[in-house]
Amino acid sequence: MIPRPKPERFRLRRTMMFMNAQKPGLIKDAYIYGCDSIMLDLEDAVAENQKDAARFSLYHALTTIDYGDTEVIVRINGLDTPHWQEDIRVCVAGRADGIRIAKCESAQDVLTVEKAVEEAEKEFGVEVGRTLLMAALESPKGILNAYEICSSSDRMFGVAISGGDFRKCMQTSPQRGGVDMLFARGQMLLAARAAGIQCFDTVFTSLDDQEGFEAEVLQNKAMGFDGKSLINPKQIRFVHQVFAPTEKEVIQAEKIVRAIKENAEKGLGVFTVDGKMIDIAFLPGAERTLKLARACGMYEGDLV
Amino acid sequence: MEILKPAIAGTLESSDAQVTVEPGEGGIELALTSSVMNQYGRQIKAAVLETLERLEVTSARVTVVDKGALDCTLKARVECAVFRSCGQSEKNIPWGGAVR
Amino acid sequence: MKNAVGREIPDSLLVDGKEVYQGKNYMDGKYLQKAAPRTKRYEPPRESKIVDSIVQALQDCGAKSGMTFSFHHHLRDGDYVVNLVMKSAIEELGLEDLTIAASSLGAAHDPIADYIEAGKVVGIQTSGIRGRMGEVVSAGKLKTPAIIRSHGGRPRAIEGGEVHIDIAFIAAPTSDCAGNCRGVGGKSDCGSMGYAMTDAKYADHVVVVTDCLVDFPNFPASVEAIDVDAVVVVDSIGSPKKIASAAARISQNPRDLMMAENVAKVIASTPWFQEGFSFQTGVGGPSLAANLFLEQYMDQRGIKMGWAIGGICGPMVELLRKGKVGKVIDVQDFDLDAVRSIHTTPGHYEMSASQYANPANKGAFVNKLDFVVLAALEIDTGFNVNVLTGSDGVLRGAPGGHPDTAAGSKVCIIVTPLVRGRMATVCEHVVTVTTPGDCVDVLVTDYGIAVNPLRPDLVQCLDEACIPHVTIEALKEKAYSLVGRPDDLEWEDKVVAVLEARDGTILDVVRKIKPLTL
Repeated sequence: MIPRPKPERFRLRRTMMFMNAQKPGLIKDAYIYGCDSIMLDLEDAVAENQKDAARFSLYHALTTIDYGDTEVIVRINGLDTPHWQEDIRVCVAGRADGIRIAKCESAQDVLTVEKAVEEAEKEFGVEVGRTLLMAALESPKGILNAYEICSSSDRMFGVAISGGDFRKCMQTSPQRGGVDMLFARGQMLLAARAAGIQCFDTVFTSLDDQEGFEAEVLQNKAMGFDGKSLINPKQIRFVHQVFAPTEKEVIQAEKIVRAIKENAEKGLGVFTVDGKMIDIAFLPGAERTLKLARACGMYEGDLV
Repeated sequence: MEILKPAIAGTLESSDAQVTVEPGEGGIELALTSSVMNQYGRQIKAAVLETLERLEVTSARVTVVDKGALDCTLKARVECAVFRSCGQSEKNIPWGGAVR
Repeated sequence: MKNAVGREIPDSLLVDGKEVYQGKNYMDGKYLQKAAPRTKRYEPPRESKIVDSIVQALQDCGAKSGMTFSFHHHLRDGDYVVNLVMKSAIEELGLEDLTIAASSLGAAHDPIADYIEAGKVVGIQTSGIRGRMGEVVSAGKLKTPAIIRSHGGRPRAIEGGEVHIDIAFIAAPTSDCAGNCRGVGGKSDCGSMGYAMTDAKYADHVVVVTDCLVDFPNFPASVEAIDVDAVVVVDSIGSPKKIASAAARISQNPRDLMMAENVAKVIASTPWFQEGFSFQTGVGGPSLAANLFLEQYMDQRGIKMGWAIGGICGPMVELLRKGKVGKVIDVQDFDLDAVRSIHTTPGHYEMSASQYANPANKGAFVNKLDFVVLAALEIDTGFNVNVLTGSDGVLRGAPGGHPDTAAGSKVCIIVTPLVRGRMATVCEHVVTVTTPGDCVDVLVTDYGIAVNPLRPDLVQCLDEACIPHVTIEALKEKAYSLVGRPDDLEWEDKVVAVLEARDGTILDVVRKIKPLTL
């Protein structure tokens, strides 16, 4: 079994790429394209009569393929199906980093999954609490309950909107400018930030419409998303480009982190950097910028 | 495990393998064809037999049509076919036990 | 005897001055005696050279058992002419012991496998061998070992008399009644006729086979009437759809694109990437896609490509039309865009295979080439490349211009996925060496880049451009860690094919494979 380090609840997740867990040729090396997370899919990509076969494939992929630094998350089947319990068992046994709960509508849904995950962790001798969770909001109810979902569990690292099903419920379709989901995205972002977890946007499925894709990614970044779900490796590069910090931001972040560390030693809580008031509250943001810069090949220092 | 009824798992796509198991008459009867027979025939045979042994299958007719699958895929297909033949492929799989 | 790439060559093949491969440029400075053909004189003016049938042409040219017939492969997978001629010779005239000397053979020629099995065709000399013909030759059914040559090695062997062509059959999209041929203007157009030119000059007899007779003179001609004995008009020389695809499209496969981008990055890191540089690329997925990224780097630096050569397809023609490449010199066309462009787009010229790649002449284009981007079936840790045999040991490929461009260019880049299905592309020892490792400079895979240690200058270029690279051994280990270490193939002693290096020495042999039975 390939050993995997303990999953990190808050890490860089600019890009999460969906992969059909049932296709051996796809999952064997999806990490080479450099996405931050791979989303192995047991749900929509797998036909109803192949759910069992997909689990066997997934188990051996998880235990024999060295995914390196790429995070491996599994999208399990919905709680209204007969599949989700066995999905959870195989994820935990195979040491997946995290589980994506499809069609999540309430805090109770998360707790139901969490309970099954904990049981599986005990069954398979996995450290309790190791397996992370994220929720996909796919319905108006899920969006309205976003805050209770986001704050339901210490395992929760993030929440994502799933555009396909959500738009169907809302009787709309993808629109230029994103007015179709503007409120839902905003509501989910508010909830995620209030709960202190990450927030991801839905996939963009028109692979030939590069212009539309780029517009959506720029809007995601402007709205404050942490990253985006993807369906094709060719979408990775643009997202990483957009989510990269500017050189000015990196220099500023470096100054802030250094100043906070130096001033902490001197016992100073509030001070100025380039004429701007800075205190400890600026540290997480500056550190996030530096980590992002490192992932983008823009920062080689040792402050993070 | 006892092979109760014919069962099949996997596809004929590149990088996959299609495995069929049928009740046998004592012993393992293996028919293997592979697109990489000359280089990997022995390893494929060994992987299939090991997997069957771990599942304690002692009597079966097994047909493998391999299209260049990696060992992890071969194992998954053999296991799925065997569990399906016993009607036990949907839940309570011994992950990390007989399946590993 | 072991040669310079470590391959054991049976002494029985080292006769009549044949030597084993001794490294790049071994033949430098030696003299080549050219072999002139023995041609028939036709003194009184002839109104027309058109004869009724292929059988008639064969008879007029004195066809008999034991002869060598030559063909070109410009009609690619659509070709009907090889099969038509061999059928007439064997089934209608009852000839035997025939040798086919083709610039390449492919999927269109499966019927020839039957003539090999029946012992009617006893020799094959070609660049490519695939499909059923590859299988029967691999099974040892051809009476003499097939001789595999590169596109440059073939005109060298013909000019030097190693291959004596009794009758050359020139499939021609258009011809006039005297035999002036062009690759355009008919119903089965192929564009360039570069591979046919040496045949026409060095064969004892030349027969043109066309399905579109045009007015005399069909000029400017690719093959000239002065070399042609007879013209046969048939219903169809080939299937147009299989001769040239509608348009070679640049791959959308993310893996191909990722590798192609890295190829362009490597090229742009070297000092030869400057105004007026020269370039050749293959038509495989990642090779062709390199065009796309190279163009971006050219725009960024504000430079243009001086000239491009090779098999040509749409994307290169597009660069020519946009003024981003000065001249395109074309030995073969791969799609309709290229076929329509040759002789029409200013700067798009035709050349012969000898002019393209012959190592023994005095001005082959490959020797002026800065960059070439090529594919591989396998590449080993000595950077030796195999583009002929599958990793199961069966003939199913073609060296083509691979060894010629690799040897001539300043930077030869191989681009290939690390594994295909369960086959490790990067391996310990290739099944057959078709391009020796001393001609290969950089390997780009989906798992990383490796530079041949023979090129420390390129290592420096990559380092300065911050392009990460690893050893080829590391790539091989990664490949084996994914697919498992393959068992060694098992061979019988019988040699089924001899792989000639472009200079005429023996680079490798292919033996009869012993299939694994469990």
